[in-house]
Amino acid sequence: MGFLRLSALRKIYAGGTEAVAGIDLVCREGEFVVLLGPSGCGKTTTLRMIAGLEIPTEGRIEVGGEDITALPAAARDVGFVFQFYALYPHLRVRQNIAFPLESVGLPRSEREKQVDEIIQRLGLGELEGFFPQQLSGGDQQRVALARAMVRQPKLYLMDEPLGTLDADLRREMRVLIRSQQLEMGVTTLYVTHDQEEAMSLADRVVVMEAGKIRQSGPPAEVYDRPSDLFVAHFMGSPGMNFIEGEVRVEGGKTSFWDEQGGFSVDLGRPVPCGRAILGGRPEFVRPVGRGGLAGKVVLDEYLGDCRNIHLDTACGRLVMRAANGDIEELDQIIQLGFDADHLRIFAGDEGKSI
Amino acid sequence: MGGFLVLEGVSKRFASTRALEAIDLVLQQDELLVILGPTGAGKTTLLRVIAGLESIEEGRISMAGQDLLQQSPAARDVALVFQNFSLYPDWSVRRNLEFPLQAPGRGLQKEEIEERVKWAAELLRINYLLDRKAVQLSGGEMQRVAIGRAIVRRPRLFLLDEPLTNLDAKLRETLRVELVVLRRQLGIPMIYVTHDQSEALSMGDRIVVLAGGEILQVGHPEEVYRRPVSPQVARQLGQPAINLLEVHRAEDHWVTDRGVEVMPAKTGETKMLLGARPEDIAPVGGKQGGRIRVVEDTGPGWILLVDWAGHSIRLLVGKGKSWHPGDEVFPQIDAERAMLWQREDATS
Repeated sequence: MGFLRLSALRKIYAGGTEAVAGIDLVCREGEFVVLLGPSGCGKTTTLRMIAGLEIPTEGRIEVGGEDITALPAAARDVGFVFQFYALYPHLRVRQNIAFPLESVGLPRSEREKQVDEIIQRLGLGELEGFFPQQLSGGDQQRVALARAMVRQPKLYLMDEPLGTLDADLRREMRVLIRSQQLEMGVTTLYVTHDQEEAMSLADRVVVMEAGKIRQSGPPAEVYDRPSDLFVAHFMGSPGMNFIEGEVRVEGGKTSFWDEQGGFSVDLGRPVPCGRAILGGRPEFVRPVGRGGLAGKVVLDEYLGDCRNIHLDTACGRLVMRAANGDIEELDQIIQLGFDADHLRIFAGDEGKSI
Repeated sequence: MGGFLVLEGVSKRFASTRALEAIDLVLQQDELLVILGPTGAGKTTLLRVIAGLESIEEGRISMAGQDLLQQSPAARDVALVFQNFSLYPDWSVRRNLEFPLQAPGRGLQKEEIEERVKWAAELLRINYLLDRKAVQLSGGEMQRVAIGRAIVRRPRLFLLDEPLTNLDAKLRETLRVELVVLRRQLGIPMIYVTHDQSEALSMGDRIVVLAGGEILQVGHPEEVYRRPVSPQVARQLGQPAINLLEVHRAEDHWVTDRGVEVMPAKTGETKMLLGARPEDIAPVGGKQGGRIRVVEDTGPGWILLVDWAGHSIRLLVGKGKSWHPGDEVFPQIDAERAMLWQREDATS
């Protein structure tokens, strides 16, 4: 039994574009769910249908057991945060934050207490007397978040609320959003194209592409056991390495062979034979003494805490994550091996994990 | 001074605002130089000055040994790519690419123009887009075409101003790799402006850290990351950001102002600011216990936000072990990799 339930939800725009192609999704009460995908995957349209800002072409939306599909936006009791803050310019920070509570009919003392709490939690104490136009973009967005999260609606809906902020501030804000959400216990849907943001915030990541849900699960599960090639590539920075070839069984051992048959890896588990794609994350590729896959270094990306070494091999471009300090010369040849425990095999027209 | 592009004492003001202050900078012939800084640091102004779109009050700029300030923007032969894709929306990709080559002064033949467009389209893998209108392209395709329009000219210098900022994270990651490899193939020097520290570290042959119109540090990525000259520079690089702790020397140890003994101290100042990157603090081995408040999954590892005797610190650890909020840890700072700076309030 879920708190938020989407059933066969579909949206076709007037021009004929199918933005959301019939999705089913169930969220538990208090769950933080991130809709993740590239531009145009349907994540924002899904969020806007739940908010009542778009009318679904087909399907049903239920919150707390009640069908809200036809309910006007104003009657849905959701807190919505957009990428671009919309504050009341004539109200001070404190009044902006208190505004959603005024119409709820709370006693004044209770209202003030709630406003004080969120001002303190989001570190807005020094700004409460300012008008929005006196604040930086980052501070305005913090006020917008405070205003959306001061109340305890049925749902928080957030559409890339940190998109315009710089990296440091985004990271700080993520922790604040998560702790405030846990405090209020409000079921949250959060839209982003940034897999790192999704991984760090979510109880559950829902990966979307072309209007469909590709996979839904806890961050570690989606990262470690992606259901198909798209998810494997989209999660991770950079995404998973792929090698085309086939799975064979010889002498009781199941191995993967690349297309030219020059490279093989023992899979150590039974997998159906036939054409397949091998997937391995950059952190599970490592140099081996000999007998590996030869790769020529084309790029050594320094990232501070580690390096990404990009290599051209007979099986295409691969990326290896290396510890710091091991600087690789360009054009150097390195023998590559894979950590068999962490390899994935994808097969079939849709590249499903097997 | 040697170098392909040389800036000496370049200063620029907008009304009473100081935009650039005595900038000295050398770009080598085959170098990708990244300029990193927050909004308002002067990054874009610096590019516009080099391109000839802004005048300067003081200083000298030379390119290939010649005084650049005497040359018109067109004569400088530099290609500028902006954050906002500046294509002609109703033209085909092909026409957008041909246009910069058709300038009267160039005197290129039709065959030469066709050949160059084909070459650029192949390099950027946009052949299949040549007959489409710019308005029909996705953001990533548009930015590829915008870069294509800069490279068909084979300019003497590339100036890129946050060209990937408006793109999805995944696309940014792919294009930044393509740009570095492409630039190396072309052998044309590039100045790349960004506020994104991961772009700066991964792309730059060298990084220039700019703030308030002044250069704070210039160096190879590893040098700027490992040996930042100030806490301000240290905070600009690294994600999550570096941990900063105010410490004083008590006998042979550095002790935080809240009384945590963090690492052995050699002689020197009594009050310092200690910087420790999140990956340089182990979750075990230290004396003072702390409790995990938040655990973030990065994929290959965990970021642990730890309450540590009144300090709030971040650790970046591998996936070998699982961590949960509430777990006790004993943070141990790697003394070899920790950084120390003079404190403003130091009295000695």
